Amino acid sequence: MSTYKILIVEDSPTMRQLIVFALKRIRGLTIVEANDGVDGLKKLSADRFDLILTDINMPIMDGLKLVSLVRNDPNYKAVPIVIITTEGASEDRERALALGANDYITKPIQTTQILDVAKRLLNITI
Amino acid sequence: MTEREEDKLAGKKAEEFLQVFKKGAEFTQDLLKENERLRYRLLQLEEGVRGESGGAEDSETVRMRLRIEELERQKDEILGRIKQVEAENHDFANRYIDIENENNMLANLYIASYQLHSTLDFREVLQVITEIVINLIGAEEFAIMLLDEKTNKLQAVVAEGLDQREIPSVGIGDGIIGQMAKTGENYFIDDMEGYVRDFGHPLVCIPLKIKEHVIGVIVIYKLLVQKSRFAEVDFELFTLLAGHAATAIFSSKLYSESERKLSTIQGFLDLLTK
Ligand SMILES: [Mg+2]
Repeated sequence: MSTYKILIVEDSPTMRQLIVFALKRIRGLTIVEANDGVDGLKKLSADRFDLILTDINMPIMDGLKLVSLVRNDPNYKAVPIVIITTEGASEDRERALALGANDYITKPIQTTQILDVAKRLLNITI
Repeated sequence: MTEREEDKLAGKKAEEFLQVFKKGAEFTQDLLKENERLRYRLLQLEEGVRGESGGAEDSETVRMRLRIEELERQKDEILGRIKQVEAENHDFANRYIDIENENNMLANLYIASYQLHSTLDFREVLQVITEIVINLIGAEEFAIMLLDEKTNKLQAVVAEGLDQREIPSVGIGDGIIGQMAKTGENYFIDDMEGYVRDFGHPLVCIPLKIKEHVIGVIVIYKLLVQKSRFAEVDFELFTLLAGHAATAIFSSKLYSESERKLSTIQGFLDLLTK
């Protein structure tokens, strides 16, 4: 069975727990959590990931900065990134997608929404 | 010829003519009868012909008709089954959505409750409540107000998206917030559209209660732009916050006080024993 590794970058422990809860329905999944962009980059460099889920508003380094750094790094530029944020304005979405995010989900989230997007980007059909 | 002879001849001729006419009439009668007979015969023959070939066609037709009827019946049955399966499918899809919604709701409630009781640090408890209101409910501007036992007024201890100093304190029973704190009832504004922020009149006011004792309120003034109305999960989260946020705040306060007292006593003991 193939295994997937997902990196969650989010400063809120409540949101991290909810995202983990939503993703747990994918079999053979390993989840690594990071508190902010810098922590995310550190954990990204230590392993190979199939998907990154990141918040935008975080201390130290925000999610948009993280997206641009990941997209400009030849080691991770192909890893799909999903933004999960409170920022619901269309210009925020456009900016994130222009930087290279693959999807943009606004809070509050539905657990199925996270699961569906993750499955699609990981090419899981069931 | 004499007149008498002439009369006799004329009578004879009339007799002969009558005879001929009579025979002609009889012959016509015969012809008519024959004609009638032939027409009857023709009709009989025609019917016979029709009857002979028509009988063979009928048995095949009957067989075909029965077969068509059978197929029609089967078609109706299949269509009925398809409709039934479609209805069942629809029902399953709806039930799936319901279950997913329920699952989402339980996940939110479980995580909110888990996080609220994950710490005994007062500031961390307030941080968890803030995270729940932002991330799980989707509020942009709100405050957590706690009751100051000395002044008997509600005072903002957390303000998100707002300047905490701007939020006026509220006496118990004063305005909507004070009334909700007094009665312990949740308040939701009737019409969220076109709402302009008014500190005395929030969108939502949730009293934080331990049993019937109100220790504070959560007041919401603005939701995130993508959040236009409350869902079922939000009302459940409000109910959870009303009880669990209150006990979490209360226990963390008790804990920090006992910690403080303990360190004071420890300090005294250290002084006495040194
Ligand atoms: Mg954040």
